[in-house]
Amino acid sequence: MTSTAMPTAEQHGFRPHSDGPFVPVQTRSERFRSVNVDDFEPVNGREHEWKYSPVAVFADLTSGELDGSRIEIESADVAGVDISWIGRDDARIGRAGIPEERAAANAWSSFGEALLVTVSGEDEKTAVVSRHGLGRAPRAAHTVIEAAPNSRGLVVLRGTGDARLSENVEIVVGEGASLTVVSLQEWNDDAVHLASHFARLGRDSFLKHIVVSLGGKVVRVNPSTHLAEQGSDVEALGLYFADAGQHLEQQVFVHHDAPHTRSRVTYKGALQGEGARTVWIGDVLIGNSAVGTDSYEQNRNLVLTDGTRADSVPNLEIETGDIEGAGHASATGRFDDEQLFYLMARGIPEGEARRLVVRGFLTEIIQKIGSPELEERLNAALEAELQGS
Amino acid sequence: MSVLEIKNLHVNVETDQGTREILRGVDLVINEGEIHAVMGPNGSGKSTLAYTIAGHPKYTVVEGEILLDGENVLDMTVDERARAGLFLAMQYPVEIPGVTVTNFLRTAKTAIDGTAPSVRTWVKDVRQSMSNLRMDSNFAERNVNEGFSGGEKKRNEILQLELLKPRFAVLDETDSGLDVDALKIVSEGVNRAMENTGLGILLITHYTRILRYIHPDFVHVFVAGRIAEQGGPELADRLEEEGYDRYLEPVAK
Repeated sequence: MTSTAMPTAEQHGFRPHSDGPFVPVQTRSERFRSVNVDDFEPVNGREHEWKYSPVAVFADLTSGELDGSRIEIESADVAGVDISWIGRDDARIGRAGIPEERAAANAWSSFGEALLVTVSGEDEKTAVVSRHGLGRAPRAAHTVIEAAPNSRGLVVLRGTGDARLSENVEIVVGEGASLTVVSLQEWNDDAVHLASHFARLGRDSFLKHIVVSLGGKVVRVNPSTHLAEQGSDVEALGLYFADAGQHLEQQVFVHHDAPHTRSRVTYKGALQGEGARTVWIGDVLIGNSAVGTDSYEQNRNLVLTDGTRADSVPNLEIETGDIEGAGHASATGRFDDEQLFYLMARGIPEGEARRLVVRGFLTEIIQKIGSPELEERLNAALEAELQGS
Repeated sequence: MSVLEIKNLHVNVETDQGTREILRGVDLVINEGEIHAVMGPNGSGKSTLAYTIAGHPKYTVVEGEILLDGENVLDMTVDERARAGLFLAMQYPVEIPGVTVTNFLRTAKTAIDGTAPSVRTWVKDVRQSMSNLRMDSNFAERNVNEGFSGGEKKRNEILQLELLKPRFAVLDETDSGLDVDALKIVSEGVNRAMENTGLGILLITHYTRILRYIHPDFVHVFVAGRIAEQGGPELADRLEEEGYDRYLEPVAK
């Protein structure tokens, strides 16, 4: 199914969606928020923000006690990027957004210090923050990534090894800054990672936000972007590859809250193996002050085998009539046998032909990252996934 | 000398309305260096013949055989057929998003030859063939067939024909939808491949137009899944004047 259409009554929540009868009539920005875990009811799995997730697998992260001590990180010194730890009462915390669900609130209530990554200077630069082997006990983390006005840079948050982690990542993009943030999940097979990213964009700033989820039993990265000031622009990209028994989820929210803001959301995923599961929810809210908004969101899923399930739910709410454009598209399809035939008819063996098609499908996202080094590494990681097929 | 033999070929296709018999006993022998034109009205089974030779899974051979130098082609997978020297220039080439022409050509060439082509000569060969087909060099970096016009897609098929150097090529309505300039360019490409490698060609077409530029040694008229008549190039001239009407059974009133 692909659709590019003006919003209908359903999309405003006037009538229930086909995916369930109990959709509350509520604007996306009016959801309850709090930094305090006790302000949220215990999670039962029927809540709209949890209904696609295997909540029993990570009850410890939504309701248990979390270890809030410093997360071990590795990073190289990069000119123009400062990395430090700040206390939980620091004024630089809480500027980009606050939790809308219990796992994020639990992390916020539990973290001791926050990792602060500041980017300054107009030269292009790349900083990689690696988190490796966070253990099997439930933990909380908080990160603030801040791009100074008119600065440029790329920050990679990379996770490998074991993890049972609930975290919040705040991204503050100053006036005229251009920042790329890549959240790269290459965890071990039994890892659980729940993340909420909150971005706030200043005037005429640009954020490229990329979520790449390849490894982990349950990985849920929910980025929300507040286009808070005039002329701000977000490109939100995602790439995920779910194998047997993996649950990869992303709930993307873009709030157009100022004139002449722009957003492009493109998430692509592949699924293979029994029980491979992906969820993409894309909410776009165009507020009444956001005249001249230009918005488009899309999700594409490629189903490689039987026994998989991909949920794809685009939602668009528009509160002003004076916009440039707003559209959405969602498509989940099986492997195209005609593509396979074409490649095989040129002598390419079936396995290689399949890998070529899947790689081609996902590579659109990788090509947009803008860092040859990272692109190369992601291509290698993707190749490893494909070799496993 | 290589030979492609098609013997008493019967082919069915599964449709929503059940099994349909499309080819009803086709016999055809193509020697290396020969050009055979297969002509016929829509629905006569021309494309089915092309796709069956290439091994498309939609078509089921219920009787007969296809032999390449005595080897049973029907026992081969699609990719094995290509590596054995068969090539199908498709009527509707599919788009392959995210796979560049360069990457695709090199992957195919490597698969066909069994070893990667030498970088220096390969790049030169690709550039030369593209230039011969009046393809802009930026084609190489575009994704396979993505956003290509009809004529560009056909040129891309002939580019592959020139570079992969098969022993036998089936051209499935390569002429359809081409304007006269593109038709000339594509025909020149086919003739060039013929001069360079002396391959055998099965040229499937609805119209006689392309036969002005590619001269067949034999012409076969296909009607209702069988060869209704065959002859030399003069048969094409006759079809040009008379059309296919005389082969079609009168509709019962």
